[in-house]
Amino acid sequence: MAETWVFVEQKDGNIRKVTFEMLSECKKGGDEVGAVVFGQGVEGLAGELAKYGADKVYVADDAIFAGYETGAYVAQMVAMINEFNPNAVLFAHSFNGRDMASRLAQKLDAGLATDAVAAEISAGKGVFTRAIYAGKALAKAEVTGSPVLATIRPGVWEVGSTAGAGAVVKPAIAATAADVYQVMKEFRPTVSARPDLAEAAVVVSGGRGCKGPDGIKLVEDLADLLGAAVGGSRASIDSGWLGHELQVGQTGKVVLPNLYIACGISGAIQHLAGMSSSKFIAAINTDTEAPIFGVSDFGVVADLFKVIPLLMTDLKK
Amino acid sequence: MKVLVCVKQTFDTEAKIELKDGKISDAGINLIINPYDEVAVEGGIQLKEKGIAKEVVILSAGSDKAMDAIRTALAMGADRGILVKQDTTADEYARAIALAAAIKEENPDIVLAGHVASDDGSSQVPTRVAEILGLPHVNVITAIEIAGGKATCTCEADGGTSVIEVSVPAVISSQVSWNEPRYPSMKGIMAAKKKPVATKDAAAVDNKVNIIEFALPAAKQAGVKIEDDPDVCAAKLGDWMKNVVKVEVK
Ligand SMILES: Cc1cc2nc3c(=O)[nH]c(=O)nc-3n(C[C@H](O)[C@H](O)[C@H](O)COP(=O)(O)OP(=O)(O)OC[C@H]3O[C@@H](n4cnc5c(N)ncnc54)[C@H](O)[C@@H]3O)c2cc1C
Ligand SMILES: Nc1ncnc2c1ncn2[C@@H]1O[C@H](COP(=O)(O)O)[C@@H](O)[C@H]1O
Repeated sequence: MAETWVFVEQKDGNIRKVTFEMLSECKKGGDEVGAVVFGQGVEGLAGELAKYGADKVYVADDAIFAGYETGAYVAQMVAMINEFNPNAVLFAHSFNGRDMASRLAQKLDAGLATDAVAAEISAGKGVFTRAIYAGKALAKAEVTGSPVLATIRPGVWEVGSTAGAGAVVKPAIAATAADVYQVMKEFRPTVSARPDLAEAAVVVSGGRGCKGPDGIKLVEDLADLLGAAVGGSRASIDSGWLGHELQVGQTGKVVLPNLYIACGISGAIQHLAGMSSSKFIAAINTDTEAPIFGVSDFGVVADLFKVIPLLMTDLKK
Repeated sequence: MKVLVCVKQTFDTEAKIELKDGKISDAGINLIINPYDEVAVEGGIQLKEKGIAKEVVILSAGSDKAMDAIRTALAMGADRGILVKQDTTADEYARAIALAAAIKEENPDIVLAGHVASDDGSSQVPTRVAEILGLPHVNVITAIEIAGGKATCTCEADGGTSVIEVSVPAVISSQVSWNEPRYPSMKGIMAAKKKPVATKDAAAVDNKVNIIEFALPAAKQAGVKIEDDPDVCAAKLGDWMKNVVKVEVK
């Protein structure tokens, strides 16, 4: 039976949610769903992948895959595609996913739809909706080929509960040391107890209106009360109040949470590009004319230094 | 050492997108250097100022209008430019082939690019170029050190920061936080007019990805806006969060 593959995003055995989103969505289609996992000591992940829809779990378990490295991962994927002929291979639109998919696509002389927010896949063809101009427009793109390749934006699909058989397949290890060209000298994980910005259900963001670390602290406290990720406008990032990786917007991250709370953010077009697809948007801003209110489901015209502490007391009730 | 920077001309990030005859209209749109590529140009110029690079070459594929983007990069301090004329409907596959062909002729030690174009950007082109040229690549860098035939790049990565080393020549794509691009000086703008820009035509290559349709997302409707005392604002916002959004409080 024809298969659609999902490349599993995992680090140290922790599978990213976007993988489950892709498996669940693919399970709704007619193809068998294959989860493809590369790593070292990762066979134990098969059960969890089956739970979200994987009929087959391809496990390439080898020291060479211990950490992501483009050359080795692509070489292995090419060999597996040649052996098993999947209809489509989907990757997460993460840093690693887009990196691997791009190099793979060129090696296969193939097209690739990146950052897709919707997909229709049939044999030899995929139609993907891509958010372009930082979400200011949508393009429906057709990719032909075998396999069809795409990267999928995290958060656009729901995690479902239809399980698959989860039969483990162990492909031959095709990657060799000669394929490796990137040497990872160091990895510094972001030390944060907060969820990842790209995957969080709630994001609380602070802008120039926070005026400094004290205002940002309020944003962080509210985020922690809600189990939320913290984000920021470019103004607060350029001021050094928050790390670069937390910028939301056209030249930052695009976020798709259930709730986005903008605190002291005016709503410049470049900021809106990163967050206006959020399901619910709340804004706290002293300026009744601030453009952020134009996209907010619930706006309060008030001083964030007064409202956030009161809101937290209220929420704790 | 020779550095080549791939520069795409894109819409100003302020631009409001409109459709005309089913296509994205560029009427009245201010065109700029893709913000990430501006950072790559600055990175290239800094390598020259540090004495690591001897020459910084700008390469752009696109219409005649892209000449402005090249001139801006030259005004910032790059040495010369190459414009590969190509239909702007070329997809990332066709563009990568066109750019790689020009790069091959130049044979640079480092190819710099942005990690994504802010228009219909795919985050594919630099990696595809590297594959075509058989070179290593590193994406989304925020710092670089070049010594002893190696480039050591600090990169934004999933869940953290990584430091990756590759041999040069290599293709390297930038993140905006790498540096703060300079504004061209008056002197730079004058000098840029005299710097050489070669033009050539891209070989015809069929797209692998075809756009069937463009659309605009449904405009988000403004909802409730409360102007009242902070305690009233807080209480109403709290009610909405609990009852409509149904947030969970830790
Ligand atoms: C090429 C380019 C790319 C860009 N990319 C991005 C991007 O990715 N993301 C991004 O965010 N920006 C981006 N920008 C910058 C963008 O144009 C704006 O400058 C930026 O978003 C403004 O940040 P801000 O809303 O925090 O600040 P401001 O626009 O200064 O707004 C601050 C707001 O805080 C309010 N305020 C003040 N005091 C209080 C208070 N006590 N309580 C409540 N509210 C208060 C004010 O009324 C005001 O509305 C980009 C710009 C360019 C040119
Ligand atoms: N037409 C082009 N001309 C020059 N460089 C380009 C072109 N298209 C893409 N690039 C480079 O590739 C990067 C990523 O683009 P993309 O893969 O389309 O998101 C850009 O930031 C540029 O550096």
